[in-house]
Amino acid sequence: MPVDLEIVSPEKLLLSRPVDMVVIPAAEGELGVLPRHSPMIVLLRGGTIRLYDGAQVAEQLFVSGGFAEITPARVTVLADEAIPVASVSRAEGEKRLAAAQADYDSADKMDIAAIDAAMDRLQSARAMIEAAQAA
Amino acid sequence: MPSLKTLRMRIASVKSTQKITSAMKMVAASKLRRAQTQAEAARPYAERMERMLAALAANVAGSPTAPKLLVGNGKDKVHLLVPVTGDRGLAGAFNSSVGRLARATARRLESEGKTVKILSVGRKGRDYLRRDFASGIVGDVTFAGRKSIGFADAHAIAERIVAMQEAGEFDVCTLIYNRFASVISQIPTETRLIPLPVPEQKHDETVGAKAIYEYEPDEETILARLLPQNLAIQIYRALLENAAGFYGAQMTAMDNATRNAGDMIKRLSQNYNRARQANITKELIEIISGAEAV
Repeated sequence: MPVDLEIVSPEKLLLSRPVDMVVIPAAEGELGVLPRHSPMIVLLRGGTIRLYDGAQVAEQLFVSGGFAEITPARVTVLADEAIPVASVSRAEGEKRLAAAQADYDSADKMDIAAIDAAMDRLQSARAMIEAAQAA
Repeated sequence: MPSLKTLRMRIASVKSTQKITSAMKMVAASKLRRAQTQAEAARPYAERMERMLAALAANVAGSPTAPKLLVGNGKDKVHLLVPVTGDRGLAGAFNSSVGRLARATARRLESEGKTVKILSVGRKGRDYLRRDFASGIVGDVTFAGRKSIGFADAHAIAERIVAMQEAGEFDVCTLIYNRFASVISQIPTETRLIPLPVPEQKHDETVGAKAIYEYEPDEETILARLLPQNLAIQIYRALLENAAGFYGAQMTAMDNATRNAGDMIKRLSQNYNRARQANITKELIEIISGAEAV
């Protein structure tokens, strides 16, 4: 019994198909989801979603952040942005890293929300560069 | 009785108007199709977002630490209206129906002693409301000259609203836009953005009536990210419906204009032919009576 995986971006439905297992980059560590997983709603950090057919990685997509809803039969990923790993651009990742670094440096160190936001972006940009290297 | 020449000129001018309106109708129809596709593509995200939000909101709605974007700041004094209109005209009553609704709402709120601020999206709405509420307009956004709108545009507007709320510039935020009911019918609608009306948790056959979710990291951290995103999605949907509705309205308006021009050409040609015939008859009478007199 496979899991129905859906990856949706604000602009369109990117992918909808059954997979045997999916690994998603949750905010507190990677999460491997098999069928009949208990219901969860998780926050995502920047990272790679890996789709498994059997024991093989069938597809990899980079997401820059978002949310996922997990139910026993289905996984819905609401991605801010999702790109197949093969077409992730390293240059774009580095551009974002530089922008995030600049935001982090200029942010008021007492403003925890701003620091957190900048750190999330730093992490997401680093994950993007990693994804580009892995491809 | 206008002369034959002026009639001929009027027919020619109406004909060229008709050419323009029928071309505009065709352009609007193709843009409408594109806007509709875009609006449909955005629907899955909004639906799933709503489902998650319903589950989360039901959990934290009663708690005193619930995020402000969800429950508001408890006051009801300053209202921010966000009317969404097109940037261009020639679309029948499309823009003014949103303007009218916004004006009526603003008047009603003011008569209840509340302060009204307006963040207008679209040039026509701003122009419409500037006449009556010039002092209330705190900002405006236009997409004039842009080919298409993306999620980033909606996101920028949402960020602006979130920043305004954090600065305490308003208590309640309402979106006013034309809901796309069909190509010929757009319904001006008000949607409350802040505080957010909690969506009903729908029955889901795969997890039972009310799913009990585990949250990671925790409800509030997720909500803190989900709510601004939801705001952006609501605005994005309004922008797309506005775009689709605009082209629908323009198509209908231009179709009517083309038909009216056709009617006018028919009437003018009839007048022209009648006048021409009268001239010929008159000339014949003159010739015949001249011949008889000889």
